[in-house]
Amino acid sequence: MKTIKLIPTVGRRFALSAALVITVAGTTFQTSADEQFFPLQSYRVGPYAAGGTGFFGGFIDYLNLINIRDGGVNGVKLTWAEGETQYEVERGVEVYERLKSHPGIAAWNPLSVGIAYAMIDRITQDKTPLITVNHGRTDSTDGAVFPYVFPLLLNPYSETSAIINYIGAKVGGLDRLKGKKIVVLYHGSPYGKETIPIYELLAQKYGFTVQQIEVPHPGNEQESQWLTIRRAKPEYVVLRGWGVMNPVAIKTAQKVGFPADHIVGNVWSNSEEDVIPAGDAAKGYVAITTQASGSQYPVLQEIIKTVYGAGKGNLEDKNRIGSVYHNLGIVNGILNVEAVRVAQEKFGHHTLSGDEVRWGFEHLKLDPARVEALGAKNLFHSINVTWDNHEGDGYVTFQQWDGKKWNVVSDWIAPDWALLRPIIEKSANAYAAEHKIPLRTADEAERVDTKPIVANK
Amino acid sequence: MMNPNASRFPAWLGPVALLAVAYGVLPIVGSSYLFEAILTPFLALSLAAVGLNLLTGYAGQVSLGSAAFMAVGAFAAYNFNLRLPGLPLLMSLVLAGFVATALGVVFGLPSLRLRGFYLAVSTLAAQFFVQWALTKFSWFSNNNPSGVIDAPSLSIFGLSFDSSIGRYLFALTIVVVLAWLAQRLVNTQTGHNFIAVRDNELAAKVIGVPVLRTKLLAFAISSFVIGVAGALWAFAYLRTVEPAGFNLDRSFQVVFIIIIGGLASIRGAFFGAALLVVFPLILSRLGSFLLGDHFDSGVLDMTQHIVLGALIIFFLIAEPDGLVALWDRLKKRLLPIPNNP
Amino acid sequence: MLMPDFDFLFFAEVLVGGLLAGVMYSLVAIGFVLIYKTSHVLNFAQGSMVLLAALTFVSLLERGVPFWASLLLSLAVMVLLGLAVERTVLRPLVNKPPITLFMATLGLSYVIEGVAQLVWGTQVHGLDLGIDDKPFEVAGILISKFDLVAAGIAAAMVALLTGFFRYTRIGLAFRAAADDQLAAFAVGLRLPRIWAATWVAAGVVSLVAGLLWGARLGVQFSLSFVVLKALPVLVLGGFDSILGAIVGGLLIGAGEKLSEVYIGPFFGGGIESWFAYVIALMFLLVRPAGLFGRKLVEKA
Repeated sequence: MKTIKLIPTVGRRFALSAALVITVAGTTFQTSADEQFFPLQSYRVGPYAAGGTGFFGGFIDYLNLINIRDGGVNGVKLTWAEGETQYEVERGVEVYERLKSHPGIAAWNPLSVGIAYAMIDRITQDKTPLITVNHGRTDSTDGAVFPYVFPLLLNPYSETSAIINYIGAKVGGLDRLKGKKIVVLYHGSPYGKETIPIYELLAQKYGFTVQQIEVPHPGNEQESQWLTIRRAKPEYVVLRGWGVMNPVAIKTAQKVGFPADHIVGNVWSNSEEDVIPAGDAAKGYVAITTQASGSQYPVLQEIIKTVYGAGKGNLEDKNRIGSVYHNLGIVNGILNVEAVRVAQEKFGHHTLSGDEVRWGFEHLKLDPARVEALGAKNLFHSINVTWDNHEGDGYVTFQQWDGKKWNVVSDWIAPDWALLRPIIEKSANAYAAEHKIPLRTADEAERVDTKPIVANK
Repeated sequence: MMNPNASRFPAWLGPVALLAVAYGVLPIVGSSYLFEAILTPFLALSLAAVGLNLLTGYAGQVSLGSAAFMAVGAFAAYNFNLRLPGLPLLMSLVLAGFVATALGVVFGLPSLRLRGFYLAVSTLAAQFFVQWALTKFSWFSNNNPSGVIDAPSLSIFGLSFDSSIGRYLFALTIVVVLAWLAQRLVNTQTGHNFIAVRDNELAAKVIGVPVLRTKLLAFAISSFVIGVAGALWAFAYLRTVEPAGFNLDRSFQVVFIIIIGGLASIRGAFFGAALLVVFPLILSRLGSFLLGDHFDSGVLDMTQHIVLGALIIFFLIAEPDGLVALWDRLKKRLLPIPNNP
Repeated sequence: MLMPDFDFLFFAEVLVGGLLAGVMYSLVAIGFVLIYKTSHVLNFAQGSMVLLAALTFVSLLERGVPFWASLLLSLAVMVLLGLAVERTVLRPLVNKPPITLFMATLGLSYVIEGVAQLVWGTQVHGLDLGIDDKPFEVAGILISKFDLVAAGIAAAMVALLTGFFRYTRIGLAFRAAADDQLAAFAVGLRLPRIWAATWVAAGVVSLVAGLLWGARLGVQFSLSFVVLKALPVLVLGGFDSILGAIVGGLLIGAGEKLSEVYIGPFFGGGIESWFAYVIALMFLLVRPAGLFGRKLVEKA
């Protein structure tokens, strides 16, 4: 800065004021750039912390990738803020209250059934979408009753159907299921019980017997349940677990001599955190997933290079890159960002209102070709969301644990959507009747509120 | 003869001023966040603490199952409202309270034989049993596949209380009424009986206090209040309920409130609840303000957890009679007593 | 009503499984008993102590510290914790009513849990103690090797502790302090030292329990919930009896599993979460201080 001292006073003043003008202009120019906000009711502590850190880590990693590599979505930067919920409903509600008046909210992504339920009324009023990827109310698949809730990729009923399809394939065909026995070991909570009726339905359809056995929360002890299973001698056991119930189930299965490769885990029993504590007992265990594990996919490689390379990676332990929850977060990121992109094509390249993003989600069509273009080929299959199908017909695959990592052991399987749709509609209509909600029509779905609803003061 | 301890202000001034602020000032200046995230949960928890204080603080019967009775109140109110169309909302709440009472008497029966920690642990039976029953029998949640119930809209005499201010006023009124009744109860013979049983059961028996009846009455009344508090928690605050929200942590929370607030004090319930509701929020804001982006939300939360635990220990050591005692001492120092010749 | 072909083998299997599970509960309960015996405090922080012990051990192991060194270091941590707790929490609260102390331990559990996760993180860890858990059959009944080893360790610990309390001077001092604090003090026993020693002992027990439970469940936050299984055991056996902890554990373990298998189906299953408490309650109504506990004297 010696130069400045040499310039005479007037010149210095001129230089300074010029600099000031340019800075102000620059700043003004910068602040006119738009932002799209993602509030995150995350959980990084408590009993489900491992899943939470992975999922929200992956989501943030993908948002960072879009910001760093592309400069945002068509110039609109993606921003976010996290509030710790410890997976507790009232904390999720508190975070919602805290963040709801932030401008430019695109969507809520809680990854928690309890928090999602508490939010349904609230976000419907706000006209902001609520994304419950792989979980949530099954009947929120019906967009005619739940315009703002999106159980993307997989709802619990579809999951059940896909698991039965897989087991059918393993025994040589769905018709070969007749006379066989399947036990469903479920977590003693509403989540665990949700699919009981569908198993009944499929059992009737294909002629197998199903026995539902409950494990009381949290599932530290499962002796009695597995001894009962041993006595029942089923062909397969479906594990519908959560948290510590999963590794204990696998270990106890070993204790009673039930083979791990005849246990099929559901989407919340399919991660590294579920099998690692079980050690060797988990070798051979199979689980369903909507996104394959591993970091070899182009989008993962880009994240490693661009985001972690710049030191902005969210996961503390780099070994977890490519794990099940991390990849779920990334896929969720892809879905959210693409919905914003689709909406922007219609409404313009600027900050969108919640309702506009909702429209974007309802027109989110990613076929395998587009998925490949996004660098996610074989990471997940496709999605096709419409105004009345908020699940989007996601495909699933199955992975087997070999002691060190997950390996894909099946093609992409489709659940039996046609069978499930009438049941979903019936349940959704019952909800609509109870709450006196008029059913939406396709035309109404096209009408969009372009002014963001400022959540009530 | 002037009471040497009287301050120069009449006793009713404090509560009336408070009510004036609560009803008149806050609804005008308060933000939605204040009502939704701070005041309404504060009110619901305070009421639960008032109920528990009657049982544990005044009557000396330790209960660790408060959350179970809150759950019963919430689910009962929902079911009454759902299955008896035309039943006014307030009636549903009262009936729900009675259901909680019935359960409270049943689970209070062991108190006739057990005491101390043995009683405390047996109240945990209530906690786990109720949680199990509400999850297992889907009738309670209207056969909803998810087992999560949505609270009905709040309307009394045709007026809707569904907005955040409305729900706050709804909760406020119920809490004020029940707290006032509880305060009156404490000064009646029943209240004195509670304290007698707490302090020395044998002596109480000797002077003619009907110990068995008193204990059961304590359980009954306390469960009623806690049940209504649970219904408020569900209807006015969360707007949704699942059994997992009324877990052991919640029971402990209520116990913390009465210990920190001050056992055997109705006011104490409010002090304690205020601390427990507001403090974590302040900590997390402070934390993110000071530490900001350098630490993720998990670290902040853990720190909060530690500070809360340390605070509880600190209060137990430094001010075992709770915040109420602290407040009284402060008041004495700030409001000088008029000089009496 | 005798069922036509009552499956005795299966019954025996469930019974044995239940007994062994009960031993695991006793492991945690013993920690409680130790502390209650000498300072009349129901230490709710026991669960978080188990968590801290297990997390410390497994994290050191994962960082490459050899097995025995990790064990000793974790032991050291628990010892330090015990001393710190006695000094900062117990001593200031020495004359307060038991419920206050209980609440203090509740607050303490928050602190320990928070510190454990802050320092070691919130990840899930597997813990391999080198004990293969493949089952083996004895007379047609499936028995788990792991459970047997755990039972053996628990038995050894019980024998050691009982012998300690009965036959050594320090043990006698402990019992004196438990009996009558004022008298013990008058006789010259250093109470703070005794309390500190108890908490250290409880810490050691936590480490053992933490390792065994951690190997079973994985080392993670839910580990601290084992305390909820130990409470009915304590209630049943008596808060201040080590023998009671074992007997109570066996009874609760067996009762719980048998009820889940045979009574559970009538309720749709899942009754394990509260049945243990029901069992304990039923015993309590007959013996209000637990099977082996000392009768609580009514305050005169």
